[in-house]
Amino acid sequence: MREIIKIKSLSASLGGRNILSDISFNVYDKEITVILGRSGAGKSVLLKHLLGLMDIQEGEVVIFGKDIAEMQEEEQKRLYFQMGVFYQNGGLLNALTVGENIALPLEQNSNLSHELIDHIVWSKLKLVNLLNAYYLYPSQLSGGMLKRAALARAIVMDPLLLFCDEPGAGLDPISLVSLDKLILNLREQLGMSIVVVTHEVSSIFRIADRIVFIDSGQVVFQGTLEEALQAQNKQVKNYFDTAK
Amino acid sequence: MKNKNHIPAYSLNIEETTLHLAGSLLIGNANVFMEEVLMCLKKYKHKQIVIEIDHLEYIDSIGVATLNYLKSRLDERKIKVQIDGGKKEIKLKLQTFSLNETIQIQKNKKVPFWEDVGYQMYRFLNDDLRAFIILMTNVMYWSITDLFKPKMQRQGEFYNQAVLIGVNALWIVLAMSFIIGLVLAIQSATQLRNLGANIYIVDLIVIAMMSEMGPLMPAILVAGRSGSAIAAEIATMKVTSEMDALKTMGINPVRFVVIPKIYGTIVTLPFLTILADILGIFGGMIVAYFYLDISFQVFINRMTESLYNRDILIGLVKSLVFACIIVLTGSFFGLRAKHGAEGVGKVTTQAVVVSISLVFIADSIMGLLFY
Ligand SMILES: Nc1ncnc2c1ncn2[C@@H]1O[C@H](COP(=O)(O)OP(=O)(O)O)[C@@H](O)[C@H]1O
Ligand SMILES: [Mg+2]
Repeated sequence: MREIIKIKSLSASLGGRNILSDISFNVYDKEITVILGRSGAGKSVLLKHLLGLMDIQEGEVVIFGKDIAEMQEEEQKRLYFQMGVFYQNGGLLNALTVGENIALPLEQNSNLSHELIDHIVWSKLKLVNLLNAYYLYPSQLSGGMLKRAALARAIVMDPLLLFCDEPGAGLDPISLVSLDKLILNLREQLGMSIVVVTHEVSSIFRIADRIVFIDSGQVVFQGTLEEALQAQNKQVKNYFDTAK
Repeated sequence: MKNKNHIPAYSLNIEETTLHLAGSLLIGNANVFMEEVLMCLKKYKHKQIVIEIDHLEYIDSIGVATLNYLKSRLDERKIKVQIDGGKKEIKLKLQTFSLNETIQIQKNKKVPFWEDVGYQMYRFLNDDLRAFIILMTNVMYWSITDLFKPKMQRQGEFYNQAVLIGVNALWIVLAMSFIIGLVLAIQSATQLRNLGANIYIVDLIVIAMMSEMGPLMPAILVAGRSGSAIAAEIATMKVTSEMDALKTMGINPVRFVVIPKIYGTIVTLPFLTILADILGIFGGMIVAYFYLDISFQVFINRMTESLYNRDILIGLVKSLVFACIIVLTGSFFGLRAKHGAEGVGKVTTQAVVVSISLVFIADSIMGLLFY
């Protein structure tokens, strides 16, 4: 089991408040790591640190064996080619149609022909079950459709590493199941390593290999799903009990 | 980890009606693969082809899409494609990532030019103009009825808007009108001196300021400052469903948002106009004093002769009309916003351009009417 991401005692304060303190955990190759925690716990901030969107104040984040704080721009760009990111509120460009949004990374970063890219876009849309949205603008989509469109864009380059910030929030149960199936497929068949932030307990049971539980910016539990279910930690127990 | 600098290769060879594909097909080499295959199959005569993938080691979802794309390209040439063999996990991937239905990729049809012109014209008359007239009547109705129901107005909102739209524009309006008066006088001073008609500088400045520049300058500045702000504010409310929320709370959004702005502008713009008149004339006076040796006393005496109430009144009527134009166009474009945040920027620009244009058009129409 190889570590894809190593996080060592990461701490961060924003606006004078301590948001993350002494966070350490690993993300392993071809595993689905679920980051859990109540809203406001600091999950999105943690994710931003992993993505290099926030400067690291204290601690270390190593991705694919490289410290991201020491990366040159060129290196960082190459890393981004191997990462797909699904942002909490979509992050689709409003000025482009869904089809154009999904095609964008391929248009900009590969030498594939337009027709082939178009074909790829259609097949990704089919994957997220959103074929009818190709010509629509993001503002014309419902919340759940937006999520799926954003996911299609995140995986369009077949990344090795996929980050999802609350992909399930706002999805109907049927879409949620098919989303989980898709995430499992991506891991199984393309060998992606996936980091998912989610609250959906049903989803956790379906997809999680490993769980990292964060509360008030601290890791209060980490381990496999089975370990989590037997954990003595009060918050973790409480979480799973409440959800039942 | 896939190493991007060293892309795994595919290998390809064609025997009779079978295409043997081996190695890896992925994002890095899909393009080269497509080109090579289409090259090789250029002179292909048979009506079917088997793509044999028993020795294909790796394929990613882009590779799958590439195979499907190849299939559809060959379909166009009436060549039937059959994909044969393949390891278990590769078959699975083909299943997961294939686009089973053939999507008719619709190209946007090109509309004939005149048809498009006709359609745009129809849309302008039927949608835009109608919406504008409806908004105008709405605003007219509510701004008159609300006058008699002060309780229905939002507390302090009129005052806020008056400050925001009018008072905050004060300094820029004063400075600009002074400069306009100055420049106007300087430009004409030389000509008048050559003709020996120095004293007519007074008539020129006073009439130009009172009936043209006085109302026009503040209107343009307010349109630029507040027309855009009104459009942006309303557009943002529209795309974030605030307008819908107002409506379902039983509150008329136009009445709630637009009416205080109308009041605020209608009340402040005439004041700005009067101040602009004064500052412009003052600028003219200074030029007259230094360039044409006309003392302030003489200037003012002449002014009382050349200034008619009518001119002052025309200026004020104009400024009232401009106030309505600015708020109405700002609100109109704000209410038309679509497509999220990006739509806000678009309607804001449109609002400024259209309201300034309308101000000029209205100015020339009124100029002709009151001549
Ligand atoms: N840019 C910022 N500046 C200051 N505080 C922030 C910033 N971003 C997030 N926070 C704070 O950090 C905490 C964690 O936020 P976040 O990571 O978004 O929560 P969640 O776990 O729900 O994703 C919150 O208390 C939030 O107020
Ligand atoms: Mg969050």
